Amino acid sequence: MSDQQPPADQPCCQLKRRTFLTRVSIALSAVIGFIIAIPGIGFVLAPVFRKPKHKWRTVGKLKDFKVGGFVLVQYEDPSPVVWAGVTAKAGAWIRRASETEFIAFSINCRHLGCPVRWVEDPRLFMCPCHGGVYYEDGTVAAGPPPEPLDRLNVRIRDGLVEIETEPTPLTLTTLT
Amino acid sequence: MSNNFLTRTWNWIDNRIGFSDYIVPLMVHLVPDNARWWYIFGSATLCAFIVQVFTGVCLAMSYVPGGEDTYQSLVFITETAPFGSLLRGMHYYGASAMVMMAVIHMVQVFMHATYKYPREMNWMSGVVLLFVVLGMAFTGQLLRWDANGVWSVTVAAEMAGRTPIIGPTLAHFMLGGETVGGSTITRFFAMHVFIMPAMIFAGIGLHMLLIMRHGISEMPDVNAPVDPDTYKEAYEKRIHKTGVPFWPDAMWRDMIFSTLIVGVILGCSIFLGPPALDPPPNPSSINANPLPDWYFLWYFAVLSLLPPQLETWVILGVPIIGFVVLFFLPLISNKGHRAPSKRPWAGGIVIFGSVAFLVLTIYGYKKPWSPDFGVKELPASVVGTDHGPLAEGAKLMHIKGCLYCHDIGGYGGHRGPELTEIGKLLTRDDIIIRINNGGHNMPAFASSISDSELQLVVDFLLTRGVEKEPDDKNSTTP
Repeated sequence: MSDQQPPADQPCCQLKRRTFLTRVSIALSAVIGFIIAIPGIGFVLAPVFRKPKHKWRTVGKLKDFKVGGFVLVQYEDPSPVVWAGVTAKAGAWIRRASETEFIAFSINCRHLGCPVRWVEDPRLFMCPCHGGVYYEDGTVAAGPPPEPLDRLNVRIRDGLVEIETEPTPLTLTTLT
Repeated sequence: MSNNFLTRTWNWIDNRIGFSDYIVPLMVHLVPDNARWWYIFGSATLCAFIVQVFTGVCLAMSYVPGGEDTYQSLVFITETAPFGSLLRGMHYYGASAMVMMAVIHMVQVFMHATYKYPREMNWMSGVVLLFVVLGMAFTGQLLRWDANGVWSVTVAAEMAGRTPIIGPTLAHFMLGGETVGGSTITRFFAMHVFIMPAMIFAGIGLHMLLIMRHGISEMPDVNAPVDPDTYKEAYEKRIHKTGVPFWPDAMWRDMIFSTLIVGVILGCSIFLGPPALDPPPNPSSINANPLPDWYFLWYFAVLSLLPPQLETWVILGVPIIGFVVLFFLPLISNKGHRAPSKRPWAGGIVIFGSVAFLVLTIYGYKKPWSPDFGVKELPASVVGTDHGPLAEGAKLMHIKGCLYCHDIGGYGGHRGPELTEIGKLLTRDDIIIRINNGGHNMPAFASSISDSELQLVVDFLLTRGVEKEPDDKNSTTP
């Protein structure tokens, strides 16, 4: 390119000037794009890099839980936005196994996240979506779930039962 | 006087905007005279998109993309707002029409091999458009922010979460956090009303530009395979000799079909109404039965029928491989015969794909793999008695959840084998072992059924398919 002779009616400095202006325009376009994109990308991706919050949420009074089967409890999402309303709720299946021991599971099936139901008499959790079934200890009894139900931490404090919130359990794929 | 004024006004505008110079030549560009009813599906897709844009803009004036208010705004649109129900219905059936027309258009192009030289990029831009349209359909289902919407987005995030290495990042990006919540719906709203429509507008622009550049293809001719060295010149000669202006010689067919499509969309909205709203979007409610809209039921069925070890790879592979194969198809085969009679494999693929889609969709709708939580107790007509041990055994079949998965005499789910004739097929010991230990896709019940309950259930099951004894003490007949 540099060997090319400029046209007779065009001085050589004008060609250089055009090349320079072309490069400046392209560079400035990139700068504009960068200025616009960076805050936007940061804003949109922020939730991805946020450290998961674990909070203890009260789900009821100790005396209200009888030893026996699982009951469904609701509590607030660990990081609700102010406009979330009912969508800020999360659910768990909790069982008082003895006077001092509680067992809680996330309601999400480990197959594809649908809400599992506790069926009292056969003592099974069943998923309405693809037919996943779990025993009362959360292990897989039948169907496609690759992992047991996600167990949640429970504690008793000041006569109240509390559950530690967790992100929606994801079944991960490891490349081995 | 008045006509003169209008003419002068129009001429002034035309002189400034260049309608006659730029738009008219596009409208009257020559198209093959044999491009008849086969070619109406592309314009019908565009027409359905116009329906979606207009109804979508109207709905957005009342739709509130945020938490609980979203659901309330949908209730308002459906039950209170004038024409709200009609608009929601048109938007819903318009989406179905757009997906259907886009797929039919693509099948027609595939069968006629219109993707071959020089229209490879027409096809490629169409494939991108199809996938964005499917993305619109999926995000649109989620904007129906009820219980089904909440759980559908959870399923989508779980699928994305299966991606190796970046799975959790993708899932949390979709959800707008670690769980479904207020940030989720706003994300999908932005995708559905800004990002994807912008992509569709741009894609349609490119698609139309390419149509103008390469012309509408002729109907396939068995005697005229595509030769990239001579095609363009020969096409130009033929089109100038036998072509007809698109407006109005060809377009009237598009208009008739598009009118029919809009009429069907309107008719469905009036007579069938918009899709019913499920309960509010409460992620802690377990009384949900998430089902995708009809265009994704086949995929829902695939995920249920696959062996678990293949599942992750199918979840991730089907969309990616599907896109790659379709997108690069013209680069694999861009010359040679276009006629379906010379490409029997093309017909085979379409027939196989259509049958598979239909069968899997029916399966997805019936979802026999799911427990039937609503099953009723077995009636006396099936049990053969309404009292005594047999009736107790039958009742236990319901209480213990056996009927959720097993059908007896037309009552029960279909996840497990039908037990109507089980008394003929298995011995007492076989049945006891199976109930206690479980087996192929059946839970073990040993820890949740007592010996006496087990005996009652087994006694009942052993009577299934076996002729009743005349002196059966449980018989209801005198």
